[in-house]
Amino acid sequence: MNLYAIAFYALGAVMLVSTTIAVFQRNLIHAVVYLVISFLATALLFFLLGAPFLAALEVIIYSGAIMVLFLFIVMMIREERKREVEWRRWGQWVPAFFLTLLSLVVSIALITREPDARAYLITAVATPAALGNYLFQHYWLSIEIASFLLFIALVGALYLGRSVDGEPGDEAGGNP
Amino acid sequence: MIVPFGHTLILAGILFFIGAACAALRRNLIMILIGVEIMLNAAGIAFIAGSLRWNQLDGQAFVIFIMAVAAAEISVALALIVYLYRRKNSVDADRFDLLKG
Repeated sequence: MNLYAIAFYALGAVMLVSTTIAVFQRNLIHAVVYLVISFLATALLFFLLGAPFLAALEVIIYSGAIMVLFLFIVMMIREERKREVEWRRWGQWVPAFFLTLLSLVVSIALITREPDARAYLITAVATPAALGNYLFQHYWLSIEIASFLLFIALVGALYLGRSVDGEPGDEAGGNP
Repeated sequence: MIVPFGHTLILAGILFFIGAACAALRRNLIMILIGVEIMLNAAGIAFIAGSLRWNQLDGQAFVIFIMAVAAAEISVALALIVYLYRRKNSVDADRFDLLKG
């Protein structure tokens, strides 16, 4: 077991533990912060697997932008505390848990059966310049479509986020 | 030599099913969205591992598209959550049962 393997297993342990804590967390802000830890570990894993540009994007977009957006929304929404039941009832909990566990066991069994999965990964690095060249040579139309999708999402978010019952001139936010 | 290819797939699979369980079990709309984020991230890990396994850059290109789709989806979904919170004053998924017979 060399240094790369030790780094991989350590990062995997960090990701699994912090994601599990985040999922079972009752406090939403704590959940988001644990998830930021998980995404930072994911960024390091991307770096280990030879994708430094995507590691930077993971830090910037996932743990930088998306999780901070979640934090803002959690701070905006003050959930009432009188309702104690946060989880679903046992009648819904048990089948969902067992179906998830069964799918996980089947997929792990299929992965370990696959002879191609036993091949060791060899370290390699895709430099950002190489990735950019490849992306704009082979996927330029998809890049344009993705940017268009982001634009439409921006318009949709602006449309949904407008004041509900106020007139167009009423952006003071103070509902009477 | 890092690790066998299967170990990265197993890690991605476990993370994917943690996210799926989070999306299926929690009642809070924000936690459901967080589960979807965990699932997208796990898919990205599998793509990058495959990209390194076969030395093709297509996997990394797909991860960029996954990130773009995740960002778009999250912005619209969070705007929807704010909209619903203004309407019903709640983010509990079971409270939105207007179409229930």
